[in-house]
Amino acid sequence: MSNNTQKLKFKVFRFNKETDYLPHYDTFEMNVNSDELVLDVMNRIKWEHDGSFSYRRSCRHGICGSCAVKVNGKATLACKDRVSDLVELFGEELTIEPQDMKRAYKDMVIDKENFWNKYNSVQPYLVADIEEFPTEENIVSIEENEKIDEADYCIQCGNCFYSCPAVSVNPEYMGPAALVKAWRFNSDSRDTAHESRLDDVNQLGSGIWDCVKCNECAEACPKELDPIGKITKLHNQVFELGKANNDVAVRHAVGFKWSIMKHGILDEGELVRYSEGNIGVMKHIPEAIEMFKKGKIVMPWNMPKSKNLDEIKKLVEITSTSKF
Amino acid sequence: MEKLKYALYTGCTARESTPELLKSTMAIADKLGIELVLLDEASCCGASHLQDFDDMLSLVLNARNICYAEKLGLDMVTICNTCQLNTSLTKDRLDNDPVLKAKVNEKLAEVGLEYKGTATVKHFLYALQDDYGYDKIQDQVTKPMTDTNIASFYGCHNIRPSHLQNKTNGAENPYKPVSLDNLVSALGGNPVDYESKNKCCGFHVELQNPTTANRLSGAAMTDAIDNNADVMVTPCPLCHLRMDVQQHGISKEIGREVNIPVLHLPQMVGIALGIAPEDLGLNHNVVEVNV
Repeated sequence: MSNNTQKLKFKVFRFNKETDYLPHYDTFEMNVNSDELVLDVMNRIKWEHDGSFSYRRSCRHGICGSCAVKVNGKATLACKDRVSDLVELFGEELTIEPQDMKRAYKDMVIDKENFWNKYNSVQPYLVADIEEFPTEENIVSIEENEKIDEADYCIQCGNCFYSCPAVSVNPEYMGPAALVKAWRFNSDSRDTAHESRLDDVNQLGSGIWDCVKCNECAEACPKELDPIGKITKLHNQVFELGKANNDVAVRHAVGFKWSIMKHGILDEGELVRYSEGNIGVMKHIPEAIEMFKKGKIVMPWNMPKSKNLDEIKKLVEITSTSKF
Repeated sequence: MEKLKYALYTGCTARESTPELLKSTMAIADKLGIELVLLDEASCCGASHLQDFDDMLSLVLNARNICYAEKLGLDMVTICNTCQLNTSLTKDRLDNDPVLKAKVNEKLAEVGLEYKGTATVKHFLYALQDDYGYDKIQDQVTKPMTDTNIASFYGCHNIRPSHLQNKTNGAENPYKPVSLDNLVSALGGNPVDYESKNKCCGFHVELQNPTTANRLSGAAMTDAIDNNADVMVTPCPLCHLRMDVQQHGISKEIGREVNIPVLHLPQMVGIALGIAPEDLGLNHNVVEVNV
C-alpha cells in the first residue's frame, strides 16, 4: 500500500430542498491518501468538516448501489472509485455533485422516483409457473445462462440512467437500467413473459427505439455491464419473436439492409422515404430543399454504388436471417 | 518521416449529404503529404442501426470493409465517428472471439475474402494527432485562426466506449477530451471551454424522435454560443448534419434562435493551411462560413 498523500480541493454541491432557494458549492481542502475512495472523502467531509453534509451509503462493497454521485460530471460509485484515479483524469480540483442536480433533495441525496418508476414498468421479476412445492430443481443450463450476459449484476445505482441524455430531455424514456432489467428476464429461459415485456419496451417515445446510441451508459456503469449492448439485444429479440411494429424506427433499422443490397452504400434519401412512408416523408421537404440548394442531395439517377456490389449482395443473401 | 499512407473508408454521408467532408479531407491530405487510398469497394457500416435488425449481417459487412484495407496492406482511417465505432467494434469482437471470427470468415470465404485482423482502424483526427503530429501541422499554418473562438464538438462515437477507443482510437478521456481543442490551438484559434463538448447531438433518433434530437443539439449549441463561440467544429458528419442543417428545427424546439456556422474538422485545418474555400467545399455548408 502506498502512502502518497496529495493536497486536493473538493468543490461540493450543497442544497437543502426544504430551506434553500438555490444550491451553492462548499470548498474543502484535504490531504488525501492514494488509496482513499470518493466515499472516504465524503465521510471525512461529514465527520471532520460539516456534520450536516448528506449522502447515501450502505454496503461499501459496490453491491448496494447507494453511494453513486458524479465527480466532474463522471458517473462514479463512491465506494469503488479511487480519488487518485479521478485526479489522473481531472486534476487536483474535483467537483462532487449528485447524480441529477435537478432532483436534489439534500446535497447528494436525490429523489430517484423517476428511476424506480421506469424500473418497475418492465416487470422486473421472473414470470413463471412454478409449483408451490416443486419436486425438482428448475435448472438453467450454462448456455442459457450466458444469454443473460451478466445483466443480473446490475446494482440499480442509477449511474446509467442519470448519465443518459435521452432521459434528460425525454421524461417518457425508460432509460438504460430498466432496459437492462428487461433483458435480464427476457433472456431467462424460465420466464414466460418475454412477449409482454417486449410490448412494454417496444413503444415509440419511451422504449428501445429512443436510445440515442451515445454510449454514456456503457461509460457510466460501475459493473461494466454495457447497457447499450443489452438494448441492442432487445432490438434483436423484437425481430426474432416477430414483435416489431411497422413504425418509422423499425423501418429505419430494416431499411439499411435494402439500401445496402441495392447500392452497397446507403441511399440516404430513399432510407428516409422508406422509414417515413410516402406521406410522412413530406415533412422533410423544407430541409430537403435547403440541402438540395447546397448540393447535399444526390438524385436517384446519380446514386453511387460500391465497387464489387455483387459480393455485397451475395453476403447479404447468405448471411441475413432476420425477418420483418 | 516516411510518407503516411492509409486506406480511407469514407462512409456514406461523405459521398452524399456532406460532399464537403470528402473534398476537404482529400484537400488537406494532399497539402500535408498524406496519401489516402479510397476504399471504393466498401459498403455502409450500418450506422449503428443495421445491427439492431441483423447483428451478424452488420459484422460481416464491416469485416468485409476491413478486408479491403488489409488487402492493400494499409491501416484504415475513417472520417465519420459512427463508421469508426461500427468498424472498430466489429474488429474488436472478431479479434477477441475466434469462434465468431470463424463464422464471419465462413461467409466471407464465399466471396473469396478473409478477415485477418491485421489492419488498425482509427479516425483521421487521431491519425493527424498521433501519427502526423500537430506540431508539423502548426509549422504549415499560413492563415492562423487568430481571434476566432472555436467550440470543438467531439461526437459520441469517437470517445465512447472508452475501453474500445483506448485500443486504437486516440484514448481520450471521454469526460474531458482534448484532441480537437489542441488542434484548434495548433491552428492559432481560441479553443472554447464549454461543458457540452462531449455530449450527444441526438442524430440517431432524428427520425423517430426529432424532439429529443433537437433538444440535445440545442443544448450543446447554445452552450457553445453562451461561451462566446464564433464557430463550431466536429469530426463527425452526422453531428454536422444535425447541427448545420437542422438549425431551424432546433431553434423552433428550444424557443431560441440558434445561428452558428459549423465546420468539419478537415475544413478547419484546410482554412488554416490556406487552402481555397472552394477546395474545402465551404459552399456546401448550410450556415454560411465567413473566412
